[in-house]
Amino acid sequence: MRLEARAQYSRTALVVAPFAAIAFTLVVAMLLVAWAGAPIDETYALMFDGAFGSRFAWSETLTRATPLMLTGLSAAVAFRARLWNIGAEGQLYAGALAAVAVGGLHGGTGFDVPTYVLFPAMLAAAALAGALLLAIPTLLRTRMGVDEVVTTLLLNFIVLLFVSLMLDGPMKDPTALGWPQSVALRDELMLDKLIPRTRIHTGIVYAIGLAIALAFVLRATTFGFEARAVGASARAARFVGVPVTRTMMIVAMISGGLAGFAGAIEVAGRTGYVTLDMSPGYGYSGIVIAMLAGLSPIGVLVAAIFIAGVLVGADSMSRGVAVPTYIADVIVAVSLLSMLVAALFVRYRIRRA
Amino acid sequence: MSGTDIATLFANADFWAAVLRIATPLIFGTLGALLCERAGVLNLGIEGIMVAGAFAGWLAVYQGASLWTGVAVAALVGAACGALHAFLTVPLALSQHVAGLGITLFATSASYYAYRVLFPNVSTPPTIEPFAELSSVPVPVLASQTALTWLALFAVPMIGWVLYRTPLGLALRMVGENPAAVEGQGIDVVRLRTGAVIAGSALMGVAGSFLTLSAFNAFYFNMVNGRGWICIALVVFAGWRPGKALAGAMLFAFFDALQLRLQQQAGGIPYQLYLMAPYVLSIVALVLVARRAAAPQALMRPWRKGER
Amino acid sequence: MNEGKAPALRLAGITKRFGDLVANDSISLTLRSGEVLALLGENGAGKSTLVSILFGHYVADAGTIDVFGKLLPPGDPAAALAAGIGMVHQQFTLADNLSVQDNIVLGTQPLWSPAADRAGPRARLLATAEKFGLRVDPSARVASLSVGERQRVEILKALYRDARILILDEPTSVLTPQEAAALFATLARLVAGGLSIVFISHKLTEVLRVSDRIAVLRAGKLVATVDSARADASALAELMVGRTVRKPVARDHRRGERVCALTHVSVEDAEGARELDDVSLGIRAGEIVGIAGVSGNGQEALAELLSGLRSARAGTVTVAGNAMPADPRAWIAAGVARIPADRHSVGIVGDFSVWENAIAERYRTPFASAGLLRRSAARRYARALTDRFDVRGAGIDAPARALSGGNAQKLILGRALTGGFAHGDDFAPVLIVASQPTWGLDVGAVAYVQQRLLDASARGAAIVLISDDLDEILAIADRVAVIHAGRLTDARPTGAWTRAQIGLAMVGATQTDVVTA
Repeated sequence: MRLEARAQYSRTALVVAPFAAIAFTLVVAMLLVAWAGAPIDETYALMFDGAFGSRFAWSETLTRATPLMLTGLSAAVAFRARLWNIGAEGQLYAGALAAVAVGGLHGGTGFDVPTYVLFPAMLAAAALAGALLLAIPTLLRTRMGVDEVVTTLLLNFIVLLFVSLMLDGPMKDPTALGWPQSVALRDELMLDKLIPRTRIHTGIVYAIGLAIALAFVLRATTFGFEARAVGASARAARFVGVPVTRTMMIVAMISGGLAGFAGAIEVAGRTGYVTLDMSPGYGYSGIVIAMLAGLSPIGVLVAAIFIAGVLVGADSMSRGVAVPTYIADVIVAVSLLSMLVAALFVRYRIRRA
Repeated sequence: MSGTDIATLFANADFWAAVLRIATPLIFGTLGALLCERAGVLNLGIEGIMVAGAFAGWLAVYQGASLWTGVAVAALVGAACGALHAFLTVPLALSQHVAGLGITLFATSASYYAYRVLFPNVSTPPTIEPFAELSSVPVPVLASQTALTWLALFAVPMIGWVLYRTPLGLALRMVGENPAAVEGQGIDVVRLRTGAVIAGSALMGVAGSFLTLSAFNAFYFNMVNGRGWICIALVVFAGWRPGKALAGAMLFAFFDALQLRLQQQAGGIPYQLYLMAPYVLSIVALVLVARRAAAPQALMRPWRKGER
Repeated sequence: MNEGKAPALRLAGITKRFGDLVANDSISLTLRSGEVLALLGENGAGKSTLVSILFGHYVADAGTIDVFGKLLPPGDPAAALAAGIGMVHQQFTLADNLSVQDNIVLGTQPLWSPAADRAGPRARLLATAEKFGLRVDPSARVASLSVGERQRVEILKALYRDARILILDEPTSVLTPQEAAALFATLARLVAGGLSIVFISHKLTEVLRVSDRIAVLRAGKLVATVDSARADASALAELMVGRTVRKPVARDHRRGERVCALTHVSVEDAEGARELDDVSLGIRAGEIVGIAGVSGNGQEALAELLSGLRSARAGTVTVAGNAMPADPRAWIAAGVARIPADRHSVGIVGDFSVWENAIAERYRTPFASAGLLRRSAARRYARALTDRFDVRGAGIDAPARALSGGNAQKLILGRALTGGFAHGDDFAPVLIVASQPTWGLDVGAVAYVQQRLLDASARGAAIVLISDDLDEILAIADRVAVIHAGRLTDARPTGAWTRAQIGLAMVGATQTDVVTA
């Protein structure tokens, strides 16, 4: 058996691949649920209901999807340019911290400027924090040939420790009892709720808007042309005059910025303060989402809702049956691997040797 | 810390014993990653494989197996993960980065899931009886080490021997430089690379088992805590050579042990800064060797039979 | 001859398909014991596929192979090696970071033995080398060897394993004329030592000189097998191509102003080694200057310099009197048409569509305004371009990687020569930098590319032609310079060089250095 390159990419495979991957994943998950001794149909029903079964469920899923859309976009734009940004987790926390630093200090009043200035400043600070955080490993790669996979990974640990440091000291909320958390943003700086008595907030509008903007940029602008060229073939891009290093740096700033922005949106949309566990791996999930979406920005929106549904559904399900919530993480991981294999069939077909 | 304080620290046998203990999983992990990369495959599944090895080894002993059986189980689990990684990256030639990350996510989440299914309501992690120190050895620092550390120290020259003095090792090194050359001499590239990845991943599993069967005596969440990524950095730092891998692991463990000791002294420095040190050090190590790094020429380049 | 002995090789009905392409169509031929059989055919005729099947890299869809009367198991290089087949690939299969001995010995000792024997193989290696007159240093690192020396290592690899049949795939494409002559002498020694040889080439003169019989392949079929002694060059050429191909027509041209000048230019690599050493060259409008040389002597650096990809450490580079920076955009804007040596990794972006590749050099101007791509203008241009330059494939929206080598090269040529203008002769390049422009192309495409270059030069373009193919340079260049170890000879008129002189210049020797043997 061998793989033979197709002359033309298979369009059917492109569309079918994510679904085939998800189907396979659900089968694997089914085996794990059975091993835990829980009834499979009830488990899946609870998961589906918890994610999509009611208006409330949908609002929870979409709330959870909001940061995932942003980290997914972050991964998609980076991976398109072959920049392996595995540091979205750290960039998210850095963005959250920056947002609170700009908007939450002085007992929650932030800097003494009007809200309509402080709010965008807060968001911009978050994006900037994430952007700078990715700029460093990217510079190390372009200047010194240091692989960015390991450096971005290691930075995640460093950033989290830094956040812990800040939450123990300068940014600590003295009135909060229990786990360390930052001072909260005041209400005027929080994002509005889209639907009353639910947790869904306007952050999702920002996410969808950014996805559309990114799709447009990639397809229709010269910068998008440059970014795609660099990812497809850096040598050919350089030959035709694309400024490879500069393009890579801009891509890094956008990718890191999106992840940092995700942190700000999470803070301003949900609790208003930063804690050490505010992200259950959104950065890493973003990578899975980007792969499921075939690196397409609009696809990321759909994939994010799927993954969010899995996470929310698993939480809800675990209250009803004795299946650990880690099933969600397993589903996410297996989706990634099976999508990787399924996507192979876009480019190749199986042949007898 | 004053000069005399530092001097007393270095003269303290306990300190060096701690250095060796911290180095052991790094030695196994780095050797494992080195084997994979010498054959041309980057294995980013190491972090997850270490978690799975830690869990599987501990579980086997908890169920009543002997400690060495536990280590063997960890190695087997590592090998199984390696087989999956090899399947994805060698015959299918998928992205080594993404496949590795997927394996890490999968092995980690599967281990945590299994742990929670088997031990649903525990507040304190159940413990086992770990490896005993080999106190019969008369040498001071080495006496407080366990058998696994000895195994690690022995593994270094053994891997070196295999790589540089056996035909198998030559083939392995060659397949990471020019797979076409290997195929042209009648050796199956896919089988060779797969074997290397499986062997390397078994070592990574053993690295994980050290944490639960020797360093500690139970399985905790977030136990591995980035050690796998540090091993990946150490392979580059070691120039893909086993001897330098040992040196790198020891150097790193030295600074880690130092940082732990310093934390215990009084002083206004927040503990998080000390904990950051290992990761910062790894990045610095990578930057320092970046220019001179002579990676195996075919590292991360997929091999498709007949495609020239 | 060797009547009565079993033939060394008998191929019967070998067929191989790759998708819709029939690379080998029911080929049957015989290699007699002790003979040199040449496989002649143009690029894409199926020669490399056939020998890859022989050596086990591919499995044939139909047909059998007998080696000295015994059936050869398909698809297994180990079986081929055991049967006595050795192959010297066109792209050397050597690991640069390892020693000569390591490369040769790999696979000859059982994989599971606990310790490798070093002394025994070394002695045997040296003995084999001695027997066939090939000098090597077993401890040398392959990366430090010259191309000719590496080829010797490749040959020794096969001899060390007691090959009785040796296959050489386009062996002279990387050699100087003198090294080629040395290779032919080696082949004679090998035959005297009992080997049978299959020699693949697309060069007629070589094949006539070195072989006993010639098998001609065309479009996957075996069209003729002739004795070399009785073969006629032009008849063979026609068999190879299947029709008469118009040779490129040179035309009368006036040499104009100096268009491009390099003055005492030196280019260094990342470690500070000189890739170009004090090079001076002037090129005038309407002339073609050929840069001959063995690959790896600085051609790549020169091509990159003239494409705006490298900067000179010393000296000046001017186009139309203006100093040029190391920025491809500046060179494109100055009217320089660049054809890179590596078509697939540098010339086109494989994942991009044909139309995106067509505008790739000009995606800012004129095919974008205010940062937005002008899609319809770009597509119109791409359609006109593919029509005008006969680029055949699946249309302008297909990924460029699907284009065959010849069509990809026509696309690259087209975009370089038209400068973004869809119609007529609104644009004429000032300078054309063509680096290995016909490598790997079939005869039809080669003629097409060469004709276009000649036409452009007739319209006043200055052309730098960097090529490993000496015949090509001698056929169309007005002046020839030879590059060796980063140094360039004077560019003398083509007629002023003899082949022997060029060969000597290729290895850095001059007439006076030659010691009569």
